[in-house]
Amino acid sequence: MTRLGSWIGKHLMLTLGILVLLYMYIPNFIVALMSFNDSSESRNLYQFQSFTWDNWLNPCAPQGMCESLRVSISIGLLATLGATIIGTLAAFALVRHRFEGRSTMNLVLFLPMATPEIVMGSSLLALFVAAGFGGQLGFWTILIAHIMFCISFVVVTVRSRLAGLDSNLEKAASDLYANEWQTFWRITFPLVFPGILSAALLAFSLSFDDFIITNLNSGTTVTFPMFVWGAAQRGVPMQVNVIGTLMFLVALAIVIGGEVANRRRAKGRAAAL
Amino acid sequence: MSLADQARGDLKLTGLHKRYPNGFVAVESLDLVIPQGSFFALLGPSGCGKTTTLRMVAGLEEATKGTIHIGDQDITHAKPYKRPVNTVFQNYALFPHLTIAENVAFGPKRRGAKDPAADVKEILALTELTEQAGKRPAQLSGGQQQRVALARAIINRPDVLLLDEPLGALDLKLRRAMQLELKRIQDEVGLTFVHVTHDQEEAMTMADTVAVMNKGRIEQMGAPYDLYTNPHTTFVANFLGRSNLIKGKVVGREGTGADAVVKVDMHGTIATIKASKVHTTSDEGWVGIRPEKVLIQPEGQTIDAPGAALSGAVVVDASYIGVSTDYTLRMPWGQEITCFEQNTGRRGGLIPVGTKVDVSWRPEFAFLLDSAQDVEAGLEED
Repeated sequence: MTRLGSWIGKHLMLTLGILVLLYMYIPNFIVALMSFNDSSESRNLYQFQSFTWDNWLNPCAPQGMCESLRVSISIGLLATLGATIIGTLAAFALVRHRFEGRSTMNLVLFLPMATPEIVMGSSLLALFVAAGFGGQLGFWTILIAHIMFCISFVVVTVRSRLAGLDSNLEKAASDLYANEWQTFWRITFPLVFPGILSAALLAFSLSFDDFIITNLNSGTTVTFPMFVWGAAQRGVPMQVNVIGTLMFLVALAIVIGGEVANRRRAKGRAAAL
Repeated sequence: MSLADQARGDLKLTGLHKRYPNGFVAVESLDLVIPQGSFFALLGPSGCGKTTTLRMVAGLEEATKGTIHIGDQDITHAKPYKRPVNTVFQNYALFPHLTIAENVAFGPKRRGAKDPAADVKEILALTELTEQAGKRPAQLSGGQQQRVALARAIINRPDVLLLDEPLGALDLKLRRAMQLELKRIQDEVGLTFVHVTHDQEEAMTMADTVAVMNKGRIEQMGAPYDLYTNPHTTFVANFLGRSNLIKGKVVGREGTGADAVVKVDMHGTIATIKASKVHTTSDEGWVGIRPEKVLIQPEGQTIDAPGAALSGAVVVDASYIGVSTDYTLRMPWGQEITCFEQNTGRRGGLIPVGTKVDVSWRPEFAFLLDSAQDVEAGLEED
C-alpha cells in the first residue's frame, strides 16, 4: 500500500500534472504550428499542408485583418487608460475614506463582474439607441462599453493591494516632514504601483478579448475578435494564427520579464545579506 | 523653514482632551509638563489614552480641546510634518521599498538637506547599522528594524521623540538589551524622549519620570522609586508591581511633622503608617504592603520587624522560583496575601504548605489608600 502510495506520489502526480499542462497549452502549440501552414492549395484550412514562411512575411494579407487589429489595440489602450484612472481613484476612495453608502458602493462596483455579458451588452445597446446614438455606434461606443466593464476589475485589483498597505507608512512619512503630495508620490504610489500595473494588464486583455458586448455596440466597426469570428464562417486565414502566436509571445515575454526582474531583486537581496 | 529650527523647550500639554465621534473620551483634560531633555514614560493599560496622547503630540490625532506647546510655541493644530516631533512607531512603519540608508535619509531630504549622507552615516554608526545600509527592511531582524526606526527619527534631532511601545514586538532578551541601548542613545543625543508603554518594568527601568495613566487621566506621576514605594491609589498600587491590600480602620494619629504616623486597626492588629504615605481622608482605608516587604516566620518565632505581627496565617501555596519563593498565605479573616521571600539560604528550605505562620513588615514600607477605591483596580490588565 505504501509502495503504491509512493509510486502514485512519484509518477501519477507528475503524469497528471503534465497532462493538465498539455491540455492547457496544446491549443497554443496548434496555433503556432498553423501559422506556418501553406493554405494556398487547399480549402481545408484546418489541416496542415506544407511549411511556409509566407504567413509571417505577409501578416496583413487578409483584407481588413490588420485594420481590425489596429482598432482593437487602440480601443484596448484607451480603455485601459480610462478604466485604470477611474478604477484606481475609486479604489482609493473605497479603502481610504469612510463615507455614507460605502458598503453599498462596494457591492455596486462588484455587480458588473457578475452580470452576464450578453445582458450588459444588450442593455448598453438599448441605452445608446434610446439616447439617440443609434446611428453612431462604432469606435467610441465600444470604448465607452469597454471602460465601463473594466472599471470593476481595476477597482477590485487595486483595492486589494491598497488594503494590504499599512496606513502607518503614510503616517510615518508625514511624521518625517513629507507633505501630502510628497507622501503620495514617494510612499503610497510606489507601493500601490504593482497593483495598478496588474490592473492595467488585466483591463487591456479584457478589452482586447471582448466579443459579446463589442459585437452588440460596434455598428460597422470591426475589432480583431469580430474579424476572426466573421472569418471563421468562411475559413480562418492562416495569418490569424500569426497574430495569435505573436500575442502569446508578448504575454510570455511580459511574464518572463516580470519573473526575471523578481529574481534579480531577490538575488540583489541575497547578495546584500 | 520648519519649526524645528527654532528654540527648544519643555513639552507642555494643557487641558488636553480627546473625544472620538462615537462619544468615547480617550483623554480627559490632561495637564502635563515634560522637561526638555528628560526621559518620560506614559504607563498604563491598553485603552487608557496613552497612545492617543502621543498621537495628538505627533499631530496624527486632532485634540478636541486644550493646547500643546513646545517651549513657547503652540503646535496644537500644526500639520504633523510641520512639528519638531518625530515618532518611533509600534510596528516601526519602515518604508519597505527603500533601503535602510534611504529610510534614514527620508526626513532630512524632505526638510531640504542637500546631502544628508554624512549625517546618515553617523546615525547608522550610532545605532550599529552601518553594514545594513544597503539592505531593505524585510531583510533585517526585529531588533535591527527597531534600531532603523529609531535612527530614522533621531537623525532629525527633533525637540521631542515619541516612542509608541517601541519594544513591544521584541522578545524578552532583546527587549532588555534594547532598553539599555535606548537609554544610551538618549544620553548621547540629549533629546526629550516620551515613551509610551504598558510594561511597568520597562517604564521603571528607562524613564526618569513615569506618569501612570488610567481611563484618560493621570493617576500619579513621579520618579519610579516614589511611585513604587508610595502609590496614591489602588490602581497604581496594583498596576505598578503587586500589592497586598488589607482593610483597616484609622484608630489614632500620633506625632508631628516627619514623625507623624497613623494607627490603623487591621482585623484586630494595630499597624503604624507614616503620615506621608496616607492617602485617604476617611476613617477607613486599604493598608498596602508590597509582597517582598512581607516577612513571615513559623508561629511563635521572632520576626525581625518592630511592631505587632498578624498571627494565625496559614501557608496555602509555596512556589519556589530560584532566587525567591512566592508564598500565598490565608489570613484568619479569609483573605489571601502574597509574600516574596529571597532565598538567602537562611531558612534552609521552604516553609511547608499548611504551616501556621506569623506575618509582619517594617512599618515604613506600608501605605494607606482610600477605601472607596476598587481594591482590584489595575489588576489583570495589560
